[in-house]
Amino acid sequence: MAQQNDIKYIAPVAVDIKKKKYCRFKKSGIKYIDYKDAEFLKKFVNEQGKILPRRLTGTSLKYQKKVAQAVKRARHLALLPFVTDNLKSN
Amino acid sequence: MANHYETVFIMTPVLSEEQMKETVQKFEKILTDQGAEIVHQENWGLRKLEYPIQKKSSGFYHLIEFKADGNVVNELELQYRRDERIIRFLTVTMDKYAIAFAEKRRNNRKEKAAAQEEQQPVAEEVVNQESNPVEA
Repeated sequence: MAQQNDIKYIAPVAVDIKKKKYCRFKKSGIKYIDYKDAEFLKKFVNEQGKILPRRLTGTSLKYQKKVAQAVKRARHLALLPFVTDNLKSN
Repeated sequence: MANHYETVFIMTPVLSEEQMKETVQKFEKILTDQGAEIVHQENWGLRKLEYPIQKKSSGFYHLIEFKADGNVVNELELQYRRDERIIRFLTVTMDKYAIAFAEKRRNNRKEKAAAQEEQQPVAEEVVNQESNPVEA
């Protein structure tokens, strides 16, 4: 019996140590996302240059829209690529 | 009512320094002739493009921030399209946050320029100012 109880306790504890995601714009009070700053925008795209989803970055909806807008503007000005293979490595 | 706009355009790399300045002046004139007030200008110089445009892999970037009526933008963009030296352009309306950000960016650039004489690429400069509060 004692063994069974132990297992009940141990299992959820290991799972629950997930770090809570937060919106970095809300947290640090950034109001405007600059499309001219390609290096900063690279944090929100993957290696292929695709915009990362909110569920991965934790950005709030309001700012995700602004990030998307800024990335698209940067792409238009050739500051960011539309498609690529290894954006992070270079 | 006058709006605040920001326009960035890319000129072909085949131009000489002189020709590039001349092109910039031409567009300045187009703006001022129509009663626009130029707030700020930035020359980013020759930059590598992330993907080729009209088979060119680099270009001269120039940024102009100005206050004007909406119909001035129409005329400006029409002139961009007619000028074959311009390979890409973007004009955006600035909201109050954008204006505040632009001011901060200007001041930062000025301080940077005053603090150290050596030239730094634009991209790096902006990263420093943006990424510090984020990572802190």
